[in-house]
Amino acid sequence: MAKLDAPHIVTSRLGYEDSHTLSRYLETGGYASLRKALAMSPADVAAEVDAASLLGRGGAGFPAGRKWSMLRKADLSYLVVNGDESEPATFKDRMLMERDPHQLVEGIVISAWALQVSMAFVFVRGEFALGLERVTQAVNDAYRHGALGRDIFGSGFSIDLVVHPGAGAYICGDETGLLESLEGKRGFPRIKPPYFPAAMGLYGEPTVVNNVETLSNVPWIVANGGRAFAALGQGRSAGTRLFALAGRVNRPGVYELEMVHNTFRDLIFDPALGGGTQGGVAIKAFIPGGVSSPWFGPELLDVPLGQDEVAEHGSMLGSGSIVVIGEHDCAVRAAWRITKFFQRESCGQCTPCREGAGWLERILRRIESGGGRHEDVDLLLDVCDNIAPGLGWPPQQTTICPLGPSIPSSIVSAISMCKAEFAAHVDQGRCPYA
Amino acid sequence: MSHLLPELRQRAEDLVALYPHQRSATIPLCHLAQEQDGYLTEDAMVEIAELTGTTPAEVFGTASFYDLLHLEPVGAYVVGVCTNIACLLAGGIELLEHAKRSLGVPVGGTTPDGTFTLEECECLGDCDVAPCVQVNSRFVRTTTPVAFDALVAELRDGGRSGEIPRFGTLCRVRRSVGLVVPRDQVAAERTKVRLAAAPANGPSS
Repeated sequence: MAKLDAPHIVTSRLGYEDSHTLSRYLETGGYASLRKALAMSPADVAAEVDAASLLGRGGAGFPAGRKWSMLRKADLSYLVVNGDESEPATFKDRMLMERDPHQLVEGIVISAWALQVSMAFVFVRGEFALGLERVTQAVNDAYRHGALGRDIFGSGFSIDLVVHPGAGAYICGDETGLLESLEGKRGFPRIKPPYFPAAMGLYGEPTVVNNVETLSNVPWIVANGGRAFAALGQGRSAGTRLFALAGRVNRPGVYELEMVHNTFRDLIFDPALGGGTQGGVAIKAFIPGGVSSPWFGPELLDVPLGQDEVAEHGSMLGSGSIVVIGEHDCAVRAAWRITKFFQRESCGQCTPCREGAGWLERILRRIESGGGRHEDVDLLLDVCDNIAPGLGWPPQQTTICPLGPSIPSSIVSAISMCKAEFAAHVDQGRCPYA
Repeated sequence: MSHLLPELRQRAEDLVALYPHQRSATIPLCHLAQEQDGYLTEDAMVEIAELTGTTPAEVFGTASFYDLLHLEPVGAYVVGVCTNIACLLAGGIELLEHAKRSLGVPVGGTTPDGTFTLEECECLGDCDVAPCVQVNSRFVRTTTPVAFDALVAELRDGGRSGEIPRFGTLCRVRRSVGLVVPRDQVAAERTKVRLAAAPANGPSS
């Protein structure tokens, strides 16, 4: 049974048509958390976020409190908000930016106070024209309201926030790729070390990069306390989380659920959530956390929606996007299209990713179009093994960023779960599902 | 002689002033140039280089990396059809095939009248209304061939111009304030801390 009694932390205003406006935001308690935070010491605000066990909602799931504590003390430092949501089938940050941009702005200003950074940026994906307009409007209104800029609410604290438009590149979701892009360059992820922008980030200065959903939780955490947030969920997976559900379900959409206390089955089948599969089709497989994550078979539907719980079964909750693949959907075709995505979005810096993605895409395309050979399956695995040796999870990394090692996920999943489908393509000389 | 018209030139200078380092304004300025010209002309890139303290080659190098920045003319309406995983399952490839036939152009092609450019997109993040179609980065939510054709007809007649500006205008909401926290204040603070932290016999910078 789905557990649906948790508070709506980041989606509380979505029932209002004008949820994006300052007037609605103020009517519903908006910017009270900022006033409260400014009356606290920055360290105390950071301690609340640390106590909340707020894991980053972008994909990597790194604890926000720990990330904050790593920020090197300097007089020039930056907070950069990652709104470059582009992991396929992930559409929750877009919703937050379009529907509740003030909640994000408030979260940013509170975080900037806690971190004592000198400036903040919000990087909004270029394909989100409405999101850009809504966030820009919210920033304008927040300045007018005194919640941004100089001497915020008479506290003496000042911070500027710049809305920066992206221009279309998945790789800018990687935090160092994003920083390069924000510096006006190609979105090439940076060579590590330094491992964390907290030591050396934007313009070489200490920088915290947080995801939109992560910071949208901050006003609630300040209002209710980190412990109230940590009381929701279980273990490291505290609070609620947005899950974007797509694919063969009756009610695709974004759902805010308490972590761990609900399972994939709850999300997909509960009448108030996914409402079951389209036409009642059986589930062949489902993607548990964005296309970078290895697939799960229907036998894992009862795994709880928690970071460690999903990791225990060899995948990741990642960006919180779940795609249901039905029994009549072709696994080869799905793996091919996902691989084509990585091939298009590879930045081209590292050979295993740049070359490997293209090879894999071409092999999968020829299998899907009926020109495959039986040995192609081994060839696919061999190329995958050269990108992420051992083909385990989490993957071994041969590249600067995790994009390359994410490519094998769908291919290895499709082969291990649906090997007969590959053989059927070759035997029949065509896609058996076409 | 500025390539950007006076109003856009002023906005460009305002944008540059928002950033601690002028080069950061490169992509916002590319969007601005596309707002004027519909794509990135060589003259625009020269001017962006001048405004951001870089070279035209560096502007070109950056611009050529990004899907939304066009180095050749595109249609007034850039129509993107997503075929990534959620849309694939909902018939995105079939809708793209229909779009090709309907517009009479291949992927990447522009109709002879310069009205439409067709693109195959990666996930646009509207997966609950799949297959997803965008026009000029705006979600139009036409998931069937019939709805697609109706949209095309409407765009041709100028029916959606209030809602969907010509390609190039990304964000119609302008920032209404400049930076209000003076940067020299921050810089002075930083210098003070640096001097205080520097060892007595350390190298002078």
